[in-house]
Amino acid sequence: MVWVAIVVTAAGCYAVKLLGLSVPAAVLERPLVRRLAALVPIAALAALIALQTFADGRTLVVDARAAGLAAAAVALLLRAPFLVIVAVAVVVTAAVRALTG
Amino acid sequence: MQAGLPPKPRAAVVRDALGVGTAVGLSGFAFGVTSAGAGLTVVQTCVLSLFVFTGASQFALVGALGTGGNPLAAAAGALLLGVRNAFYGLRLSQLLGLPAAVRPLAAQWVIDETSAVALAQPDRRLARLGFTVTGVSLYAGWNITTFLGALGATALGDPAAWGLDAAGPAVFLALLLPMLRARSSSAASAAFPRHEAAVAVLAVVLALAVVPFVPVGVPVLVAVLAAPAVLAASRLLSRRSPRGGR
Repeated sequence: MVWVAIVVTAAGCYAVKLLGLSVPAAVLERPLVRRLAALVPIAALAALIALQTFADGRTLVVDARAAGLAAAAVALLLRAPFLVIVAVAVVVTAAVRALTG
Repeated sequence: MQAGLPPKPRAAVVRDALGVGTAVGLSGFAFGVTSAGAGLTVVQTCVLSLFVFTGASQFALVGALGTGGNPLAAAAGALLLGVRNAFYGLRLSQLLGLPAAVRPLAAQWVIDETSAVALAQPDRRLARLGFTVTGVSLYAGWNITTFLGALGATALGDPAAWGLDAAGPAVFLALLLPMLRARSSSAASAAFPRHEAAVAVLAVVLALAVVPFVPVGVPVLVAVLAAPAVLAASRLLSRRSPRGGR
């Protein structure tokens, strides 16, 4: 079933890219369509941050991941490079998890 | 051509493009580690980077699969994040003027970074150069580091003990904040103030609110409704008070 998800995602993401290169501009240039296209990834990213930090299956929890995300936010505000931001999240999460058992 | 500016040398474009390509290509390492940590095999992880090749969608997919999400719901969430590439393609097709035979090949490289580099160039020749060099260096870097990350994570054992489950949310945060900032200062969004922040907040609330009630992987699909909801609400408000609807 993992392969189904991989194939569907690969085919879909490629189709979307090719579509943009191929369709007449007028189809996608409508203001409402452009607006939604800018806002949909923002909604999806924000939701994914919350879900992958606070969801454990179908229950909500506050655990070491929250500390890791907070540390990443601080690193981001300090304009740290991308890899440093990710590393800070990972290290802080691991440290909090080790300390709290 | 822009009058009054010296012509931008090809070497400068290549240097910029290589810099962007290698810097972002390195983050493939984070993806490889996260994907292997979510339970995907090294082969599955590498196939994703080779054929999906759009980072946010890949992180979303392995995150959803790793928490036991329905495969089709996981794929739908990943596709929603990929939709923006269609709009990059639209702008790039006018800028690059690609022949029909090249389009299917170039399409795979239509992502955030290649678009950013190409759209920053003053003419078609340099845009093509920037797009190609960024595409090559990023594709190579992303796939090599994905492979190394997946191998490394397999060697590490339990990913949770190392805190690797926090890599995904951190990546998303690093992608999201610039979107909120860039939009709030651009001329295009002056007509739609603060929509981005409202959408982000509403999406978080929706996603967390439905977690106990729907299958894993579905909350992100519900949360995406925040985008049309905020647009509709803002239209209603601006209709009611024309002066506040700037």
